[in-house]
Amino acid sequence: MTATVGTGRLVRVCALDDLTPELGAAALVAGEQVALFRLADGSVHAVQNLCPFSGAYVMSRGITGSKGDEPTIASPIYKQVFSLITGSCLVTMDKEPVDSGEGGLAVFRVVVDNGDVMVESKEAE
Amino acid sequence: MSQHIVVIGAGMIAQRFVEALVDRDQDSDFHVTVIGEEQYLPYDRIGLSRIFAGDDPSSLTLGEPMLWANSKVKLRRGVRATRIDRASREVHLDDGSELPYDQLVLATGSYAWMPPIHGSTLEGVFLYRTVEDVARIQEWAAKVSASGREPRGIALGGGLLGLEAAGALKAMGIGTTVVQASDRLMNVQVDEGGGHALTRLIERLGVEVRLNAFSDTFLGNDDGEIAGLRFTDGEEIPADIVVVSTGVRPRDELARDAGLEIGERGGVVVDDSCRTSDPHVWAIGEVANIQGACWGLVAPGNTMAEVAVDSLLGGASQFPGADVSTKLKLLGVDVASFGDAFARTPGALELVYSDPVAGVYKKLVMTDDARTLLGGILVGDATAYASLRPMVGAELPGDPSVWLLPEGGGGEKPQLELPDAAAVCSCNNVTAGTIRGAVADHECHDLSSVKACTKAGTSCGSCIPLVKKVMGEEMAKQGLVASNALCEHFAMSRAELFQAVQVAELDSFSAIVERFGSGRGCDICKPTVASILASLYNRHVLAEGRAGLQDTNDRVMANMQKDGTYSVVPRIPGGEITPEKLIVIGQVAKDFDLYTKITGGQRIDMFGARLEQLPAIWSRLVEAGFESGHAYGKSLRTVKSCVGSTWCRYGVQDSVAMAIALELRYRGLRSPHKLKLGVSGCARECAEARGKDVGVIATEKGWNVYVGGNGGFTPRHAELLAEDLDDESLFRVIDRYLMFYIRTADRLQRTAPWQEDFEGGLERLKEIILDDALGICEELDEHMSRHIGSYEDEWAAVLRDPERLKQFASFVNAPETPDPSLAYVESRGQRRPATREERESGPVLIAPTTLEVRS
Ligand code: SRM
Ligand SMILES: Cc1cc2nc3c(=O)[nH]c(=O)nc-3n(C[C@H](O)[C@H](O)[C@H](O)COP(=O)(O)OP(=O)(O)OC[C@H]3O[C@@H](n4cnc5c(N)ncnc54)[C@H](O)[C@@H]3O)c2cc1C
Ligand code: SF4
Ligand code: FES
Repeated sequence: MTATVGTGRLVRVCALDDLTPELGAAALVAGEQVALFRLADGSVHAVQNLCPFSGAYVMSRGITGSKGDEPTIASPIYKQVFSLITGSCLVTMDKEPVDSGEGGLAVFRVVVDNGDVMVESKEAE
Repeated sequence: MSQHIVVIGAGMIAQRFVEALVDRDQDSDFHVTVIGEEQYLPYDRIGLSRIFAGDDPSSLTLGEPMLWANSKVKLRRGVRATRIDRASREVHLDDGSELPYDQLVLATGSYAWMPPIHGSTLEGVFLYRTVEDVARIQEWAAKVSASGREPRGIALGGGLLGLEAAGALKAMGIGTTVVQASDRLMNVQVDEGGGHALTRLIERLGVEVRLNAFSDTFLGNDDGEIAGLRFTDGEEIPADIVVVSTGVRPRDELARDAGLEIGERGGVVVDDSCRTSDPHVWAIGEVANIQGACWGLVAPGNTMAEVAVDSLLGGASQFPGADVSTKLKLLGVDVASFGDAFARTPGALELVYSDPVAGVYKKLVMTDDARTLLGGILVGDATAYASLRPMVGAELPGDPSVWLLPEGGGGEKPQLELPDAAAVCSCNNVTAGTIRGAVADHECHDLSSVKACTKAGTSCGSCIPLVKKVMGEEMAKQGLVASNALCEHFAMSRAELFQAVQVAELDSFSAIVERFGSGRGCDICKPTVASILASLYNRHVLAEGRAGLQDTNDRVMANMQKDGTYSVVPRIPGGEITPEKLIVIGQVAKDFDLYTKITGGQRIDMFGARLEQLPAIWSRLVEAGFESGHAYGKSLRTVKSCVGSTWCRYGVQDSVAMAIALELRYRGLRSPHKLKLGVSGCARECAEARGKDVGVIATEKGWNVYVGGNGGFTPRHAELLAEDLDDESLFRVIDRYLMFYIRTADRLQRTAPWQEDFEGGLERLKEIILDDALGICEELDEHMSRHIGSYEDEWAAVLRDPERLKQFASFVNAPETPDPSLAYVESRGQRRPATREERESGPVLIAPTTLEVRS
């Protein structure tokens, strides 16, 4: 079940009920690894599953939290903290990303429709 | 218009210069171009030997890379300056271009000097100064090692760098001889007695030492490769590789050609503001000849960088003289030398302690009244260095000999209050006064802000404990409490939160953060709260709503590895295991293609399990009678044992039985940090119990119990808490000790630092635990018995619960699909994660196994 919005496609990933609040889950979206988070306030966020500081696909297994007002996710490997809204790295733990770059996470748009969680694939149709 | 500074050389001191300039030049009076001949960003030359230990050269990069993104700063790498035209104020570069300057800074460092020995151009003879040198040495060492015979190496030069080179050769598995022309090793830093001790210690490590040895000719084979070394007395020794470290010489050639004043023994002469004989040209670091000498150490160079920046910005800083104190660990041997190490001050007294058997030599140099410390030399045991070096020039309270005697042999060491002028961080020349100022005047109230403000502790890091101590004392003086806040969400320390949660009887994170904190929590406070709840209520780590609080390790009850897979460690209590169980582990590892390794904790680790494979692996293990070994939790890890009286002819008690009993008693106990115990069957201590949080050593009459030991980076021996206990009393004492620690320690504070910081020390702990001075023993006992009674295996519990099993899906929309990014390489008969380079170069990969699993 897909629908077109913006540049990418919306891909149905799972039911909202499949996501435990505050507990991440990985998903494959059009071949790409995405980390999904359902927060206690009901919002659902999706970012790349690749941790830029370790090169491992583990973001879904990090700990959610907040920094100021911003909901965050901490990588389980070296504990960098990222914004779930912008994807930018808020705490680098004095480390460099493995691919020289800013070390942020790509953010995917999520739509929850009628109990279904849909993620916008980065690939244009 | 802003002035243009050109810096020639992009080494350690150039880096410091640019950092200081960017930091201080707020009005943007200057912009800088740095010309570096090496291909790398300025790197930590001191750390070169870490590359031999496997570190990537890029890990040596200094400072924040953002420095080079600053628009005022430009770094040109791989370009050499060939000539300075002082008249037109231009630097000529080897790419044919010219660069005009307003101010020129020479930071060209030194080159490693090759002594005039015949045959120095043979293949296999190396200098040791740069990353490239290291690469060449490694390549050659690999070649000679592959040739099949036992390679032999020579480290020519027995100074600091020569011994470091010897260490590197040894680390590459090459039999090594240190050849030194002087009568002792490290003759610049240590005296005769120190030299003797050093030679003995190094020989014990299997490195040969030749003193008073004058080299004449490098001998070659027919292929022009090194084959040996002939001394001037005609003796020859064989060699497949030679690393020469016989000194450095300043790279002053540009300055010489430009007609700047050069010192008698080289180096660009500068005044105390680092200015050369040309007012537009400055020199800093090893190339500079300041106060009549060139300094081959980072600390004086950094000072010069700061002084030069200050002068350029119109300040009046003067080079205060060099602190040449050094503390090193060479080949694992501690060597330190500080202040007036050779007692050159008139009337100086030398206090010497030497233990040739232990290989320890210590000397303090004092003023003639034996009160003021002037300097010292420590070989074999340099633990006193951090306390003593900053006291140079100050009175040592009490009897100075307590600093010389071995730990425990000389009474209590007095508490030292450092004078303001005492250098705390010698790499960055930061005094105790500066740190106090940062606390008092710049509101730096934690370590990271003190580091950022003063730069103390940002280079080699060896001063950090002292920085913390000075900071803590100053904060106490200001009436400030070093903030114990757990994180931005909780203003309390872990110990305070523990009590608050216990008193309020709260049992969920949301209730706790609402009552005592703010926000949604984070990766620091959530696992802490989870640990507190586990300690208090002994419920499963994944019980209702708890999973999201845990680090991934606790969440999936395995240890995450660098590629996102996990390792699995079943409990093997006391290290005792039947052949049948060994076979089961082997079979499971084989079926799931897991890399296996014996751990340092007397058990077996299986690596490379994917999230979705964990339940199947556990079910095989649980079926065979294994349970989780809690290798992941902040909880009891292992109880190490020696074989004890059942087999060992010296054993006086059954140490294995006791280790098993203790491991089963405390398994699953959640704590502020991990817990390790050890039990030895006699005083020979083969279980290394005194290196553990709790160490039990058998006596003829029962058990002695020692507490607060630690391995890790700061090892510490456990201290005697009680003697000759029977089994029941032993359990009771340990129960109370552990429970009291769990209730009062900080987050991630092991027992050793907890005990060290505990007010009243071990004596007070004894009163609390043995004499019930606080009247809490009953409660502690009761809490521990609740823990023991409610223990259940976490793996088995998950396997019984379909809801929790769902959390072990690789992808929510493809639960069994392996992470497609995983890739492995075979190595020594097993697989290991492919490195980035191996992934990029492609062909070596083994895809993750998707082996059929019977469950
Ligand atoms: C597997 C093992 C190495 C091995 O292959 O032998 C190991 C592996 C790790 N150790 Fe260790 N340590 C292992 C024995 C030790 C020992 C030796 C011992 O237990 O006798 C020590 C020194 C003793 C001590 O703890 O006092 C040790 C001192 C450390 C430390 C330093 C602790 C300290 O107080 O300074 C850390 C870092 C930390 O915990 O903060 C650490 C951390 C780690 C971590 C957790 C690092 C990490 O976060 O990945 C490693 C987990 C790997 C994994 O996935 O299993 N490991 N580690 C050993 C497991 C023993 C076991 O059976 O459970
Ligand atoms: C293995 C080793 C271990 C050491 N251990 C310690 C220690 O424990 N403690 C300690 O205090 N010190 C130690 N040192 C010494 C320390 O590394 C030096 O004191 C420090 O690097 C000096 O810094 P510098 O910037 O003056 O020179 P360097 O770091 O040598 O930098 C000079 C740079 O200038 C470049 N350069 C030179 N000429 C030109 C040119 N014409 N054009 C362009 N670029 C040029 C060079 O290529 C080099 O990159 C050690 C050194 C080595 C090699
Ligand atoms: S943490 Fe322990 S196991 Fe891991 S590399 Fe360091 S010493 Fe080895
Ligand atoms: S002494 Fe090296 S960083 Fe402070």
